[in-house]
Amino acid sequence: MRASDLLKSRPEGLFCPPGDFFIDPVRPVGRALITHGHSDHARSGHRSVLATRQTLDIMGLRYGEDFAGTTQAAVLGETIDINGVSVTFHPAGHVLGSAQIAVEHQGMRIVASGDYKRQKDATCQPFEPVPCDVFITEATFGLPVFRHPPDSAEIGRLLKSAAQFPERSHLVGAYALGKAQRVMRLLRDAGYDRPVYIHGALAKLSEYYQSQGIDLGALQPATVESGSKADFAGAIVVGPPAAFADRWARRFADPISCFASGWMRIRQRAKQGGVELPLIISDHGDWDELTETIKETGAGEVWVTHGREEALVRWCELEGIAARPLHLVGYEDEGD
Amino acid sequence: MNRFAELLDRLVLTPSRNSKLTLLTDYFRSVEDPDRGLALAAITGDLSIAAVKPAMLRALVTERMDPVLFGYSYDYVGDLAETVSLVWPQPAGQIANHAPTLAEVVGKLQAASRSDGPKVLARLLDSASISARFAIIKLVTGGLRIGVSARLAKQALADLGQVDVAEIEELWHGLTPPYSELFAWLEGRAEKPRSAALALFRPVMLSNAVDDGDLEKLDPADYAAEWKWDGIRVQAVCEGGIRRLYSRTGDDVAGAFPDLAAAMDFEAALDGELLVGDPREATGTFSDLQQRLNRKSVSQKIQQQYPAFMRCYDALQINGEDLRALSFAERRTRLETFVGSLDPSRFDLSPLVEYPDWEALERLRQAPPHPVIEGVMLKRWDSPYLAGRPKGPWFKWKRDPHTVDAVLMYAQRGHGKRSSFYSDYTFGVWAGPEGAEELVPVGKAYFGFTDEELRQIDKYVRDNTIERFGPVRSVRADRKNGLVLEVAFEGLNRSTRHKSGVAMRFPRISRLRWDKPAAEADRIETLQALLDS
Repeated sequence: MRASDLLKSRPEGLFCPPGDFFIDPVRPVGRALITHGHSDHARSGHRSVLATRQTLDIMGLRYGEDFAGTTQAAVLGETIDINGVSVTFHPAGHVLGSAQIAVEHQGMRIVASGDYKRQKDATCQPFEPVPCDVFITEATFGLPVFRHPPDSAEIGRLLKSAAQFPERSHLVGAYALGKAQRVMRLLRDAGYDRPVYIHGALAKLSEYYQSQGIDLGALQPATVESGSKADFAGAIVVGPPAAFADRWARRFADPISCFASGWMRIRQRAKQGGVELPLIISDHGDWDELTETIKETGAGEVWVTHGREEALVRWCELEGIAARPLHLVGYEDEGD
Repeated sequence: MNRFAELLDRLVLTPSRNSKLTLLTDYFRSVEDPDRGLALAAITGDLSIAAVKPAMLRALVTERMDPVLFGYSYDYVGDLAETVSLVWPQPAGQIANHAPTLAEVVGKLQAASRSDGPKVLARLLDSASISARFAIIKLVTGGLRIGVSARLAKQALADLGQVDVAEIEELWHGLTPPYSELFAWLEGRAEKPRSAALALFRPVMLSNAVDDGDLEKLDPADYAAEWKWDGIRVQAVCEGGIRRLYSRTGDDVAGAFPDLAAAMDFEAALDGELLVGDPREATGTFSDLQQRLNRKSVSQKIQQQYPAFMRCYDALQINGEDLRALSFAERRTRLETFVGSLDPSRFDLSPLVEYPDWEALERLRQAPPHPVIEGVMLKRWDSPYLAGRPKGPWFKWKRDPHTVDAVLMYAQRGHGKRSSFYSDYTFGVWAGPEGAEELVPVGKAYFGFTDEELRQIDKYVRDNTIERFGPVRSVRADRKNGLVLEVAFEGLNRSTRHKSGVAMRFPRISRLRWDKPAAEADRIETLQALLDS
């Protein structure tokens, strides 16, 4: 069977004709397999959804319990038959509940990795390389300039700055699902035991992480009622990045704006966003992780999606691996 | 090296002056000699390392990686130093077990010959982390561009040692990197270094602006008046054959004014204003002076077209005698005699302005005889020459600023603690024929308003946004709608870069004209008339 007959790109998303299902469709479809809970991958309104338990829970928290007609929980490593096509979910190391989806039919195995990273992350299961014929990789950070440093060193810089400027509050911009909880967890691992103040948009998801046994320590809402300007002096506050450019941020004492993202590797990015303390903490693999992973899967062919496809395709050519960009619409290639 | 690299990374993104000082003093406190002194020299521009050309850097990196991938990377990042620091491949099988110190890096770079310079650089980059690679490349390509002036670095030293920054300025030019004796003194471990070096910078005396009600308390008979020339404050110092032309912050700018420096054949330290033209005939305008500023090299043609000269107004030392403790009257007498002996095409005296009372001086101030005059200076006859800005002996009484009523067009988010406010404003005036007027931007201002006014403008911007481009919002502004801002500015220059053809000097918001309809804001012709006058 040809790979392009097993999975092909359609306006709704990646489609499997023999299995009659979509992976991460961006429009409502009959049957959707979903890699993880970020909103550009996990949309509401499908007739049936197959995803890990945690991804289903997260979708429920975001869209309400009736986000799909029916749901089925996929157990990592267990193979499910869908219209004669074998489907297996494997951990992707991106955020809590994230999975790669291996699709196999008549001797052809394709792994759709969704979003993934290889750096260790205490808030989700680590990525597991799956041997395959075709590997579909993301390319958010698909340029040799993206080299993520160890996350513990980045958190170290945050804590150093907090000690250096005890009269100011540190506002850490971090995406509400995954990054925010990872930052909190990293703070705890670094021995920070003061309460972390959080924006309201983070509350439900952080609570869910805690219920899944991921200890984030004491979290307090960053509301004006819970503290005056002076109380937030020296505090670490975590919230979605958009909130920091907003009036919400005015309640804090002389804030230092920090942003936890792989984009912070580029100084101009930090500068344009008015970020004073960039923290290079990413939930997507950097250049070395992407290229190592491609090698590890042993795939003879690579399809590259959202991000900087051309550089990764070029790298594959130099390595003698067949590669092409896979144009899928509707995914953020700037998220992290 | 890593700590220096981290310091640079923080400084470049830190807008607030106080926070920069904290970062610098913490660095000087926690890093040992000689690294901290070399870092200081790198920041103040006193570290000499043979420069590496961008083309060489590019060649080094493309020998080590696929040029196509490098091309994609450079296109994306846009800055060569940063791109190279990120993509530089760690040599295979070689794990750096020792991060080089700043002293090692500087030592190797300074010892490298012209021919093996690139190889030495490549080996250093092999052994360094990403941030350190960036810092190394910045050192060898010249110019850190981190938004820290030499003056600010010296202020951080002053904070470290709890001394007056004037003391550091005075010592500075007698010291060399890595400044170990300076740090020893600042940390109380040694005596203040004594400098035997010649032609040192003397900290300058600065004036205070005349405030409402100041003059009525003063007796005109106690004060000499001079025109306030809108040039560059300089201190020309010659001692034992050493010639220095210092800016007011103590940087030697003689290299940019070789024509003036060549005429400095005396033994003295003179204070005055650098201007262009021939003082016996005509003094150039500020636009003329600008032709001589911010140039790496000065061509003969520019030197002839815009010759630099110094208009002297004080003498700190003449023939080895320190005059600073004498009265202004006495120093002035010595200065007059001394300047008479200098090359008259390069040095003249700033004339005193005769005036019987404040009203007469006010009339002169409002109608000065030359466009490059921006007001008058008042100097107490009996005042000694004091470093810094003592209140009382010297006043500047500037010409009233020009104002124009302009309409707010775009607002941009501020930085640091203003990052949640739209605090940088681009404003325009009307142009075009009647019935088809449009706004043309004439300037940008980000201060002059109170915190309360900032909140009001911010709300106005948010309520009247018509388009957004990243951090910039376009604000509704037409004949019927718009916020009129009274903008004060010091002067106008012709500009080919701005659509309006004019560029404002030192614009700031002086009043919010909530009461004024947008259609009644000024027209471009009002500004053009100022240009021609």
